[in-house]
Amino acid sequence: MAIVSSTAEPAPDAAGGEGADSPRAAAALIARQSEVLAALARVLPAEALLVRREDTVAYECDGLTAYREAPLLVALPQDAAQVAELLQVCHALQVPVVARGAGTGLSGGALPHRLGVTLSLARLNRILRIDPVARVAVVQCGVRNLAISEAAAPLGLYYAPDPSSQIACTIGGNVAENSGGVHCLKYGLTLHNVMRIEGYTAAGEPVVFGSEALDAPGLDLVPLVVGSEGMLAVVTEVTVRLTPKPQLARCIMASFDSIETAGDAVANIIAAGIVPAGLELMDRPMTAAVENFVHAGYDLAAAAILLCESDGTVEEVEEEIGRMRAVLERSGATQMSVSRDEAQRLRFWSGRKNAFPASGGMSPDYMCMDSTIPRRRLAEMLRAIEAMEHKYGLRCVNVFHAGDGNLHPLILFDANDPDQLHRCERFGADILETSVRMGGTISGEHGVGVEKLNSMCVQFSPAERERMLDLKRAFDPAGLLNPGKAVPSLQRCAEYGKMHVHRGMLPFPELPRF
Amino acid sequence: MDQPLQRLVDQVRAAQASGSPLRIRGGGSKDFYGGSLQGTPLEIGPLRGICSYEPTEMVITVRAGTPLVEVEAALAEKGQCLAFEPPRFAGATVGGMVAAGLAGPARAAVGGVRDFVLGVTLLDGRGELLQFGGQVMKNVAGYDVSRVLAGSLGVLGVIAEVSLKVPPLAAARQTLAFALDQQAAITLVQQWTTQAVPVRASAWQRGHLHVRLEGAQAAVESYARRLAGSHGATALEPAAADTFWTKLRDQKSTFFAAPPHRPVPGRSGTEADGPAATLWRLSVPPAHPPLAIEGDTLVEWGGGLRWIYSDAPAGRVRAIAAQAGGHATAYRGAIERGEAFAPLAPPLERIHRTLKAVFDPAGIFNQGRLYPWL
Repeated sequence: MAIVSSTAEPAPDAAGGEGADSPRAAAALIARQSEVLAALARVLPAEALLVRREDTVAYECDGLTAYREAPLLVALPQDAAQVAELLQVCHALQVPVVARGAGTGLSGGALPHRLGVTLSLARLNRILRIDPVARVAVVQCGVRNLAISEAAAPLGLYYAPDPSSQIACTIGGNVAENSGGVHCLKYGLTLHNVMRIEGYTAAGEPVVFGSEALDAPGLDLVPLVVGSEGMLAVVTEVTVRLTPKPQLARCIMASFDSIETAGDAVANIIAAGIVPAGLELMDRPMTAAVENFVHAGYDLAAAAILLCESDGTVEEVEEEIGRMRAVLERSGATQMSVSRDEAQRLRFWSGRKNAFPASGGMSPDYMCMDSTIPRRRLAEMLRAIEAMEHKYGLRCVNVFHAGDGNLHPLILFDANDPDQLHRCERFGADILETSVRMGGTISGEHGVGVEKLNSMCVQFSPAERERMLDLKRAFDPAGLLNPGKAVPSLQRCAEYGKMHVHRGMLPFPELPRF
Repeated sequence: MDQPLQRLVDQVRAAQASGSPLRIRGGGSKDFYGGSLQGTPLEIGPLRGICSYEPTEMVITVRAGTPLVEVEAALAEKGQCLAFEPPRFAGATVGGMVAAGLAGPARAAVGGVRDFVLGVTLLDGRGELLQFGGQVMKNVAGYDVSRVLAGSLGVLGVIAEVSLKVPPLAAARQTLAFALDQQAAITLVQQWTTQAVPVRASAWQRGHLHVRLEGAQAAVESYARRLAGSHGATALEPAAADTFWTKLRDQKSTFFAAPPHRPVPGRSGTEADGPAATLWRLSVPPAHPPLAIEGDTLVEWGGGLRWIYSDAPAGRVRAIAAQAGGHATAYRGAIERGEAFAPLAPPLERIHRTLKAVFDPAGIFNQGRLYPWL
């Protein structure tokens, strides 16, 4: 299904100004495909190049399935040298390149380009080195997130960032999106756990960012590359920091009779100087949905459920759990249980970890939103979302990385009904823009991709966006790496800006907006 | 826009129009660091004050000219801190702290300056105020320009305001001292860290290793007993421990305050008055064995940071650092200021030039402070 208002920026069209479906355009596309295929066949084996529609259809979208595009072709190189050669060929022919890991991204960052090569890096999946003394793992970009922790487990180490898709998602994709997870507050995002990145520029020139030392000379470009959605360089090898596996983890499950008291409890925990290993909140509709799905014994009477986890040595955990309990009790928890053993802890988490599939069971489709707000505005935000449910006539359930203010409202809809899809998109944009007005951001951990291009217009001024576009050109002058993603063109924002809101400056601030 | 900020914007616009170079200056406490100082000083000092501080959000937003000690005092009142322990040179400002990107003893355990930057307001070379990042922990909207400014030495623009993540102070701390050679010290700290011993900071010098444990009360006590038992450590009194780490962090310990001097031919004794040797700052993978550079040495960050006073040629020091997988900075002393930092590989050098052009097209900010060509 294509959503006209949200597709990627049009690329320079080989067929000139004509419609993409005209016979001349179709012929030009086929000619271009043959040209690129022939050039790539000189550097890649035939089996590494997919052109037939039935072979490439699996690559037409990522985890954001509502947005689809057929790539010019798909390439599956086996090693970094092939990646370099592919990039050199594409650069010479001025072909866009969309790098792709496991395709689990939720914002359409790996959506193909109609005139571009989708560069699948899944075959670069070797763990090159694990150093138990230095606590680092050197892995190729296509290694799965969880595979790193599995390989490090015998050494008592693991890779801390744990996005919900960690069974499938690759470290290269994590680097592209700066992925988070439920343990970020204590252990940081991908950025804080990546030391060195090896890859290639758009022209296929080798480049290294960061170091196995704790800093590197010159400007620190690692934070630019991490989270750049494959637009600044193609990453082929990543050195990650490994963390000693905590001896013990215990989780408190607490019930609250209002969202406000739950929100206050979160603030009180932080104010008490506690940084929990995980701090997650679910509202009542979400709790009902997951209870129905996993039967974990959640308190269905609670307005909100808080999961609060402590990890570390046995002594640390005992001490911290005691402090957490005291704060939660003082904050008005109506019920509280502390996990006795690992099985019970996992049961507490099972609902939270299954929030997305459980939502899938409630509705034909759901759209998972991702934004961050200052924690103190949580209750206000959830009330605003409730009002939006009425406004757009769609239901929404909420899970929340409460520790770091990261919201994941799941809007339930039926994609077969174009009107519902349209309302869902407006609902989502409303949540993002409300987040910006509350001092937050339109993307906490899923990236911008194509999904949130319009919302970027709201969060950033024209000058800020222009600098980002310039920055992209500084790395990739020809604009070939994943063009049209993450940063909207100035023209696009001008069109979106009929009802322009920038940092709370509404054109008509006196009008109620719900 | 208030007056101090408006004044800076006007100064930058005027400098851009006339193409006259500016030297961004907070407290001037790190004038010694990096490449040459060129251009008219652009004083950030008047731009001061804490804009907002929300302890329950673990976020503080501060104007760049605010003295570092003022920010730390406000944080301490709420039991929070700048966990990366930046050096507090006399007059140091928050803007200078971010721009210099220097972190202290706790760096290896908690992360560096950039890991705590959440967002900035940048005054760029066109005189425009730009906001990147924000005031929340998780934010992946657009390219993360804010964190690149940590350690940028002002070459991309003026940091006007910065938001930082401010975690709680640890519940307990204890410092132990061991008699060990350098290799043994590096090996042990690495082993302990792998075993999840809560090592927050370490420092080795002249046969003595100091280790600071931080965390929950019970954990610190039990690990302190365990380490002391197995390696014959002595525990420092809390006041003595605080003095030790404060002096180290602020680079006022004897190692920094009394640099060794080159012997002058014909004189004897240690009080010879030849020029001080260069103080090299070598950042290497922490587990790397002791480096083959002669000279008085201080090892921090469990081996990740090695300070060495040496007269060895810069080329040799740099080669040894590179071979170890790291890099060397001429931190203080006799080396030409234009050669403070290790050179960059060609694609990185090109990206530095183009990035500079994006944010400072007229090239007015801090010419030569990072590299002579930037």
